[in-house]
Amino acid sequence: MALIFPKESLSAFPKHLTPAYRSTVKRSPSKPLIIVPHTLSELTGPVYGHDAMQEGDNDLTKQHNGEPLGERIIVHGHIYDEDKRPVPDTLVEIWQANACGRYVHNVDQHPAPLDPNFTGAGRTITDKNGYYRFITVKPGAYPWGNHPNAWRPNHIHFSVFGHSFLSRLVTQMYFPGDPLFPFDPIFNSVTDEKARQRMVSSFDLENTIPDWALCFRFDIVLRGREATPQDADKH
Amino acid sequence: MSDITPSQTVGPYFAYGLAPHSRCNWQPNSHYDSKETVGADLVTPDATGQKIRIEGRVLDGDGLPINDAMIEIWQADGQGRYAHPRDNRARPNTKFKGFGRSATDKNGAYSFDTVKPGSVPGPGGKPQAPHIVFCIYSRGMLRQVYTRLYFSDEAANAADPILALVPTDRHGTLIAHKEMRGDLAVYTFDIRVQGENETVFFDI
Repeated sequence: MALIFPKESLSAFPKHLTPAYRSTVKRSPSKPLIIVPHTLSELTGPVYGHDAMQEGDNDLTKQHNGEPLGERIIVHGHIYDEDKRPVPDTLVEIWQANACGRYVHNVDQHPAPLDPNFTGAGRTITDKNGYYRFITVKPGAYPWGNHPNAWRPNHIHFSVFGHSFLSRLVTQMYFPGDPLFPFDPIFNSVTDEKARQRMVSSFDLENTIPDWALCFRFDIVLRGREATPQDADKH
Repeated sequence: MSDITPSQTVGPYFAYGLAPHSRCNWQPNSHYDSKETVGADLVTPDATGQKIRIEGRVLDGDGLPINDAMIEIWQADGQGRYAHPRDNRARPNTKFKGFGRSATDKNGAYSFDTVKPGSVPGPGGKPQAPHIVFCIYSRGMLRQVYTRLYFSDEAANAADPILALVPTDRHGTLIAHKEMRGDLAVYTFDIRVQGENETVFFDI
């Protein structure tokens, strides 16, 4: 499968410099990026196997002696390429705040409790259908210092690999109907409404497990599609 | 118009998820002990080629260290082969993966232990000088940026087809400088995200 990675596919990505998110001001390139062709170095990328995992990595509620506090949820979905073909056997990593909105990280000084039964990191590998599944708790919202009374919407961080180093994606999964959406400069750094909605999971009643856990579906589409004859004509 | 999922920042708290075995500063108590999936030491027992170390710092537009950045590198092995199905040439090192990840410490410093990659084919079959693809993530970066490390002791840099597309006065930002530390070649490669001597980033 020889995929191509058109740059136009990135058109809905945030701009590097997005001043409403203050930390971008000193951390965004100021000079134009240099356009270069995709060589073997870009068209290849890391491949991980199921041996990179251990049992329990995809169940964040079973990583300690007791169960974490909070609302238990299932987060699942498929990883696709731009042709909507599943991306099998690819590494998916997540990390998140606990139910109170606190991260297990020394830098996080939000005065909300840590949960001794929750780290908040998980990983898995998609199956042959590009499917992944995590069990976790719903992360809380938390304040941050970007502007007065700034709060991040509930979110889970995702890191996904895909077919090449060009398809590498780090993103955040949000929850449907979050009242903080209009006020969050990170979410709104994606200026296209439809593209923003692609970062919002959907409530999945069908896969919700009665008397046990709500379910949210989050499908991810990565860069990469099959070349068409028209693409070949451009060369 | 494509419908790929947009990028969002890695944020300040990624370390315990993406680099739990790194030296950066996250809560050491009561954490889940996961296997190291991706680390900063790429060297496998069967890796051929010259062992090297890469060290550097990540700096912001004021020249201040970025202490919450993550660097990922992707490289060919000592023979210039990538451990990926798209590179269908014979690959002598079956275990060398060529992928590494390092989180910066409080001084903005990162490091990798690896082997020096061989030359790999470039556009039109012309060889590319040995290089490593770098991908940088941090709080304040809404999307990753890509750059390349080239080696100061490689004459092949002069004919590299990608370097040829970079203005000459900015080549220096892509060259890692070699010093010998005992028998070990250490290459220093600082990444300046913005401002004077800003690292060249690629639109790929």
